[in-house]
Amino acid sequence: MAKFLEMGGYAVYVWPAFAMAALVLIGLLITSLRTLRAREAVLKRLEAAERGADDNA
Amino acid sequence: MTASRLGHLTMSQRRSGSSLHRFANPSRFLRLSRRLTPWFAVLAAAFIGAGLYIGLFVAPPDYQQGESVRIMYVHVPAAWMALFVYTCVAASSVVSLVWRHPLADLIAKASAPVGAGFTAVALVSGSLWGQPMWGTWWVWDARLTSVLILFFLYLGHIALMNAFDDPTRGARAAAILAVVGFINIPIIKFSVDWWHTLHQPASVFRLGGPTIDVSMLVPLFLMALGFTFYYLLLLMLRVRSEIVARKIRTAQLLQAAP
Repeated sequence: MAKFLEMGGYAVYVWPAFAMAALVLIGLLITSLRTLRAREAVLKRLEAAERGADDNA
Repeated sequence: MTASRLGHLTMSQRRSGSSLHRFANPSRFLRLSRRLTPWFAVLAAAFIGAGLYIGLFVAPPDYQQGESVRIMYVHVPAAWMALFVYTCVAASSVVSLVWRHPLADLIAKASAPVGAGFTAVALVSGSLWGQPMWGTWWVWDARLTSVLILFFLYLGHIALMNAFDDPTRGARAAAILAVVGFINIPIIKFSVDWWHTLHQPASVFRLGGPTIDVSMLVPLFLMALGFTFYYLLLLMLRVRSEIVARKIRTAQLLQAAP
């Protein structure tokens, strides 16, 4: 296990490379999902308000 | 005469113009996106998981580079994706400029940040690989410089897309940048052939076939496939997000009007 983590002495280069890739790709996924959910929530509220206004009109 | 010429199309196809514009209607895209998204997520996770496992535990170290060669399993697929996604952006930009297909603008807008992310991963992982192998974090050779330019093209595209109050103007400006900048893609690909570069020449996509051993090609292609499904997953989510944003804009404009 320790030998694996050491990556033949290159650990200080290999693991940051993988970590950075994971950060960017997972980060993009999370941001995209959160923006989508937030916008869907706003749209839902707007459409509900519209329906409410139509009912009252 | 028009009716008989259009006789082979269904009513909804005639209304929307042609079968090419089937997905211009956002609700069709939304239905397709909802069906495909879980598949893309599963396939991305599966291929990336398999690629990481084989790349980190099964594939052998390089006889010259030792274990540092494992950086290749993120660096190369990320670089491939950087080029592929830009090609998608440029292609949808052409569709947007020539045919004014509304979905094309959304695909370009959704893709650029993902492409920028892959380019950043390629640049940083390349740097981390270059320091132990070449003795330098950076060199202004043809490949590295042109990929850095690609990164700035992505940033420029994102900036232009968001710079205007009218989203159509931003999309038009960004589309022109994407198309003009496309010359950079073959430059990146052939830079290692055309110039004396520190970056190594092509070892996969070349005449005469790959020079990399199959034990390393397998995790490489698994990661590339995984990254592709990841991009498609993000495309589905982000285009859907843009469609919702446009619906919000429309609803707000309608509610503001008396």
